[in-house]
Amino acid sequence: MDLLAIDVSLGLEKLLLIGGIITFSLIVAMYTTYAERKVAAWMQDRRGPNRAGPFGLLQPAADGLKLFFKEEIIPLTSNKTLFVLGPALAMVTAMLTSAVIPWGSSIELFGRNVSLQIADVNIGILYVFGVVSMGVYGIMIGGWSSNNKFSLIAAVRGASQIISYELAMGLSLIALLMMTGSLSLKTIVAQQMEGGWNIIYQPLGFLIFLICVFAECNRTPFDLPEAENELNFGYHQEYSSMKLGLYLFAEYVNMFISSAVVSTLFFGGYDIPFVNEATLVLSLGVNTVAMLGFVALFAKILFFLFLFIWVRWTIPRFRYDQLMDLGWKKLIPLALANMLITAVVILWLNK
Amino acid sequence: MASLTNRAKVLEQKPMSFMERLYLPAIFKGMAITFAHMFKKKATINYPEEKRPFSPVFRGLHVLNRDEAGRENCTACGLCAVACPAEAITMEAAERKTSEEHLYREEKYAAKYEINMLRCIFCGLCEEACPKDAIYMSETFAPSNFTRKGFIYSKDELLIPNPVTDREKYEIAKGLREAQLKNK
Repeated sequence: MDLLAIDVSLGLEKLLLIGGIITFSLIVAMYTTYAERKVAAWMQDRRGPNRAGPFGLLQPAADGLKLFFKEEIIPLTSNKTLFVLGPALAMVTAMLTSAVIPWGSSIELFGRNVSLQIADVNIGILYVFGVVSMGVYGIMIGGWSSNNKFSLIAAVRGASQIISYELAMGLSLIALLMMTGSLSLKTIVAQQMEGGWNIIYQPLGFLIFLICVFAECNRTPFDLPEAENELNFGYHQEYSSMKLGLYLFAEYVNMFISSAVVSTLFFGGYDIPFVNEATLVLSLGVNTVAMLGFVALFAKILFFLFLFIWVRWTIPRFRYDQLMDLGWKKLIPLALANMLITAVVILWLNK
Repeated sequence: MASLTNRAKVLEQKPMSFMERLYLPAIFKGMAITFAHMFKKKATINYPEEKRPFSPVFRGLHVLNRDEAGRENCTACGLCAVACPAEAITMEAAERKTSEEHLYREEKYAAKYEINMLRCIFCGLCEEACPKDAIYMSETFAPSNFTRKGFIYSKDELLIPNPVTDREKYEIAKGLREAQLKNK
């Protein structure tokens, strides 16, 4: 009978954690749209939204409400099942990655040791890759089922772009994995707490990874699938109401999760910089330190979100051949070279 | 061939150097520029709360003037209608009765005075033509309306508030006028 005994409290704990993280990422994504508009405005010497609520803080709510109340149109010639599935898939895959990110060390609650990570799977990074590349299905299915040439071109572009950059992304991470020797994100963070952040050892790997993350999120300068001036908004051209909202929202959730992945892999995750957590636990207690660690992670995430926005309003979009040129002829050789150099250095140090 | 001006520049097309082909230095430079712009003075004005001052020569909606006792200045001489190049002004004159001396300053007054704001080109010639300082142009726009009829302004819309019955509003209008005159 022991085999069948289900740990109810563990299930409850995970359920609460999942609910909390999903709500949290949705709220952050909501306010990233606000931040995007504000920062874009500031960078163009404008003020940005400031009418809805104090400083325009209710603007995301107003945008959301507007999208909910708009008429929902499903084109007659579209494939209806896939047309509905597209945005749902985009949103779900955007959220799924959050499962393996360690949002903090563990806290003690009612005498239980609760880990702030939904699933500490030992193939964490592979899971991230698997799910992130699923994200393109949302774009592909949406673009194809719209039965529209612009959308189809956008879908094809999106797919080829993600395939091209997935390679360089994977190669840049292999160098990192050779250093850490583990695929579990929790272990990677633990190692960074002791030995310093990975950005110090892998600056080139970080640069390649960051560029690929921009490409995977379909953010400028890699936003070719939704290039408004040549493809007329691309894959979400036929979408209206909240289905469009889900696509737009998935982009921001993706940004948030990608920022979390970058911070976890290269910037020490929930490691508080210049502080030794082990001694801090003795004076402040486990829960406070875990919360501080989460705040540290969140600050890093916010920086990367700002970087996403900052780059978007600075750099113009690539031409399609330039995109492919950068992906295949520049990033993949660079990532390979980075991998080889890392391997040689590791062998050298180990003798 | 000699060039017409000395401003012509020869385009230099060298292959890009390694640093240029890296693109990253240029990208960082661009990002520094956009970051600096975040803290610059904003060009936008928060409109309803904050208004841009009008130009001293701005010509807005017409106002029919009264004197301090609240009597209308206009004598319906028709000079403004004659001066108007767009033929936007129509009026009907009437003779003042003895009981109406507190309403009109001169013996003759405008019983009906209409300006069609759709015809008006806001040139200000009516204001210049008026010998009685009875019409002047304020610093307001003609507000939008649903019908064409709504743009034909009659005396109710044009007259300045009565200083005897509605002193407060008259003072505001008068103050605006004086500020306007001082600007000119």
